[in-house]
Amino acid sequence: MKFKSLIITLLASSIFLTIIICIWKILATLQGLSFTNLNFNLNLLLSLGLVITCVFIGKKFNHNLKIFILSLLFTILYTFLNENSPMWFSVGIFLLFLFFTNKLKKYDLKYLNQDFISEKIVFEFLSLFAIVFFALVILFPFYIMFVTSFKTQTALLINPIDLSIDFSKNIFEIFKSYFVIFKTYDFGRYILTSSYVSIGTVLITLLFAIPAAYAVARLNFFGKTFLSTSILIIYMFPAIVLVIPLYTVFSQLGLRNSVEGLLIVYTATTLPVAIYMLQGYFKSIPKEIEEAGLIDGQNWFGIIIKIIIPLSLPAIASVSLYVFMIAWNEFLFSLMFLDNPKTFTLSRAINHLTGDAETPRQYLMAGSVVVTLPILLIFIYFEKYLVSGLTAGSVKG
Amino acid sequence: MSTTLSKLEKKTAYTLILPAVCLVFAIILFPIFANVWISFKEVELKDIRIPEPRAKKIVKNIQDSNSELKIIYKLRNSSLIQDIREVKFSDKLPKNIDPVNLDKRCEFKSQKVKCFFGDWEAGYRENFEIFVKNVNNDAINSKDVKSSKPDLSGKSNNILLTTDFTFKNFKNVFINNNFVELLMTTFYFTFFGTLGAILLGIFAAQLVNQKFYGRTFMRSILLFPYVGPVVALAYTWTLLLDPNSGTINSLLVNYGVIEKPINLLGQKYLIINILGFELKLRLALTTVIFFEIWRYFPLAFLFILARLQAIPKDLYEAADVDGAGPFRKFFYITLPQITAILSILFMIRFIWNFNKFEDIFLLTGGASGTLTLPISVYQQGFAVSNIGMGSAVSIVIVLLLISFMIIYFKLIGKKANEI
Repeated sequence: MKFKSLIITLLASSIFLTIIICIWKILATLQGLSFTNLNFNLNLLLSLGLVITCVFIGKKFNHNLKIFILSLLFTILYTFLNENSPMWFSVGIFLLFLFFTNKLKKYDLKYLNQDFISEKIVFEFLSLFAIVFFALVILFPFYIMFVTSFKTQTALLINPIDLSIDFSKNIFEIFKSYFVIFKTYDFGRYILTSSYVSIGTVLITLLFAIPAAYAVARLNFFGKTFLSTSILIIYMFPAIVLVIPLYTVFSQLGLRNSVEGLLIVYTATTLPVAIYMLQGYFKSIPKEIEEAGLIDGQNWFGIIIKIIIPLSLPAIASVSLYVFMIAWNEFLFSLMFLDNPKTFTLSRAINHLTGDAETPRQYLMAGSVVVTLPILLIFIYFEKYLVSGLTAGSVKG
Repeated sequence: MSTTLSKLEKKTAYTLILPAVCLVFAIILFPIFANVWISFKEVELKDIRIPEPRAKKIVKNIQDSNSELKIIYKLRNSSLIQDIREVKFSDKLPKNIDPVNLDKRCEFKSQKVKCFFGDWEAGYRENFEIFVKNVNNDAINSKDVKSSKPDLSGKSNNILLTTDFTFKNFKNVFINNNFVELLMTTFYFTFFGTLGAILLGIFAAQLVNQKFYGRTFMRSILLFPYVGPVVALAYTWTLLLDPNSGTINSLLVNYGVIEKPINLLGQKYLIINILGFELKLRLALTTVIFFEIWRYFPLAFLFILARLQAIPKDLYEAADVDGAGPFRKFFYITLPQITAILSILFMIRFIWNFNKFEDIFLLTGGASGTLTLPISVYQQGFAVSNIGMGSAVSIVIVLLLISFMIIYFKLIGKKANEI
């Protein structure tokens, strides 16, 4: 029993460490280091050695001293066994070893004697690996987007894996793509249009949705159940089946190439989910408060303005952020309805950039950063509200 | 008393919901029904522009006389394919300025030139001239003359409103355009995209449900792919996967994993040899599915995490007492607790992935074996510019969608309300 769990611990942990080293190496390659071999087997042996010494030394020394000396020793061994690398790379390796040996803190021979310990250890390292995996898989495209916007087309064609930013250049040179897209490609105007459309959609949606949601939540009328079930069904119909009739009608009415046309469509497509989310929240407000308002002689308008809205601000915030996100990211309708660069939204403008094959990719990526950054910042800042909006709205996506 | 109150309540309710209902009806329900109408017609993109009579006004001075002017109207029919009937024209002249030798088709009344031009065939053009003169022989300010805009009107057939119907579009959809392959591609994409997103969502939710340093940070990061704008993300992926200078291919070549770069988004099949069997993998479709999974697993993650956090802790404590390991706990406690939410999630995500347009459109544009039904709507309607065909494909989508919804409500509609 003890032997088996020891072997499993050794294997799981050393494989984990090797994979982490490989990932670090790949990331370093992207900074311009010319590695061509991952040395997987060699590093696996090295990791195994580290784990074995660590586990056998156990708790005989001061922990901090132990991990420091061990990491330093193995880093030197690593640099000796592998190809030449700059100082910062070795420091990274050292920190990885330090982090790893610290994780092994409680693992000594005594600890490995417990029940189910091998399964627990595998689970633990699997979780650690999953954290690294998810972080890498998700952040890598964002990282590429960001870094590419600081490169130049020629540099990228010569060595596509060298994504390092040359900080010796002056600020203007480094941020050149951003200056270009704002000056030459008129991105300032697109940001304004996008903000105008998104904020406008939020306001109009709220204006329509709050009264309707209140009616669905509180009042009795003929066709209420029909209405509340049809809200969700309507919501399931995708934009792509609406596009052709709307395109023809909007062309004939002259609403194409107008921001107002977009506002109408965005509002209509987000209304069902806004009503659905709001009415759920309104139902949770105690009726007694409204009845008190009625006795005070308020009509429905007064009740909505003075009682319902102040009490349901969190839900309204969720809806607003969700609708804002949908409108900011929307692509299909802006592609269909806008051909005139004067009315472009950000998404449409980036799509327009790619239409010209000559557009250098760093401009494209700078544009992408410009459209992505605001929404990510808003998301991080208002995460709590947006997450509840997303959960309710995630029937759509 | 109570009846009047309930009447008042009804009236209030209708006034409150009416604006929202009207808007949704106009922008969502009307187009769905309009699709049915259009799909039975032979309409092309160029037909939907209503022909308009147009006039461009040019004012010219006449030599030796500043009390006279020549106005030229460049008249034309905006459409090159349709006629306009009964074109009427009117324009206002400033005070004290009268036309001289007015065209026979026109008359001058209360400072207005009114003309009746009759019918204009498609592509009709004419330079129509009027000479004007100041009654008092004073100089004319040409700006005053220019300031008024001519008003034109005419009648034309709106091809969308005629009653000629045809089955040609549906015949084309089902017979000529490889409908089976289109449907199969759509189902592959939908099924594997949904399944992958849910599996990844389970892993991510299981991960974030544990306690570790930086957990809230991790939770935010996991939602990034969904929150980011699709345009930016799709183009970043295209760049990443580019065969010539994309990061992924260059890295793989650099480390000797592959010899030649693979065009992950532009190659229809990848032939793999496993134990002597030749396996044809739909490469571009697989890549698109991976993008789809990457972008939409956060939604599955959110749902599953919410469910996981609601599982009572004592279930796990009891398992600890019984001596169950983490894997057993997952399969015997966690999984049974989340099956209900998983089935709902699967149905909802299935319906939404089925409708997905932007992702595939931006990555491949429907080329190299990634043509799904929604992309087909766009291609037929706007690339081939056959609006009727596009609508017919939309109708197919709507019908399939309705059948999915019926299945959904039959199978788990009641359960969905409980959760």
